[in-house]
Amino acid sequence: MKSGLIALALPMVLALGVAVASAEDAGQIKVSKGSAQIERAGKTLPATVGQVVQQGDVVVTGADGSVGITFRDNSLVSIGPDSALAIDRFVFDSTTHQGNFDASLKQGTLAVVSGKLAKQSPEAMKVKTPAAILGVRGTEFLVRTGPAKD
Amino acid sequence: MSVPAPRKTDPLPKRARYLLWLAPLALSALAGCATRNDLYVLLPGKDGKTGALTVESEGKKQTLDKPYAAARVNRVGSVDGFTSSEAQAKQDFGPALEAQPKRPVSFFLYFLADTDEFAPESKTLVAQIFAEIARRPAPEIVIIGHTDRVGTVVYNDALSLRRAERCRDELIKLGIPKVRISVAGRGEREPEVPTADEVPEPRNRRVEISVR
Repeated sequence: MKSGLIALALPMVLALGVAVASAEDAGQIKVSKGSAQIERAGKTLPATVGQVVQQGDVVVTGADGSVGITFRDNSLVSIGPDSALAIDRFVFDSTTHQGNFDASLKQGTLAVVSGKLAKQSPEAMKVKTPAAILGVRGTEFLVRTGPAKD
Repeated sequence: MSVPAPRKTDPLPKRARYLLWLAPLALSALAGCATRNDLYVLLPGKDGKTGALTVESEGKKQTLDKPYAAARVNRVGSVDGFTSSEAQAKQDFGPALEAQPKRPVSFFLYFLADTDEFAPESKTLVAQIFAEIARRPAPEIVIIGHTDRVGTVVYNDALSLRRAERCRDELIKLGIPKVRISVAGRGEREPEVPTADEVPEPRNRRVEISVR
């Protein structure tokens, strides 16, 4: 059994990447397709699998892009093509589950499975669009925002 | 056909002429803001429960609390409720839904009373945990310690963290790099079996290993 475990463990060591967890991290990218970037403090980073997402980041996709992020409170957030999602605030206490998660979908499509923050407190998670504010009571939901096409 | 006025008699200062040029652009931008293509849809939870979502636009508000309950916002200040469907949601949100990360999976290891020693049956779970890690892109491990309600909240916060750290050390010995593991102590806040305070309960003395 033990040697079996080590045989399993060794490839793991090689497969696990370079990102280092830190208190600043809000989440990590798990899915990335097509054109996708993170805008952070005036710089543009590729939104690749394993890249960390921080408070203040804007995640942006092109016409063929999509990105899926798992946050520290287990919120699952993904965006489709031609989308821009700002992570305005992410604070999570892993002992009490208190904190705040505020995000703004500037344009495009968004799918959310809310996590421990929304479960702990109905006020903890807020999602904004240019036209509306959403209150999240522990749930899965979809958002599309943008000007009407005609 | 009017004759263009000589330049020096132009009644508008340069800046005003610039603004006149911009006016049609500004109007069309305003129109773009006024008519929108916004859509909000509540999905049934994968755990069988459906939560609720409030959609508020300049004082107008709708609460969505049934599977596929939906709202359109065609302009700011207007929220129109309707019912979407699974097929319609897939059509409207296909790529975003396909990009959803895998849901985290939790494994539970149990402990002997007031110790950080594993109960023997927990040891066989480790192979399953490693297999789950191998299935995921950019895997992370979150180790969350829990206690029963014997002792104070403060004592149990510390005990739960110690249990989580003990677990982390074991997993690191087995070859998982430390950087991918985070630990948390939930103390007695999240019992598997709710009890009165000071009741010993083996099923609450556990560590949750969440793979995501």
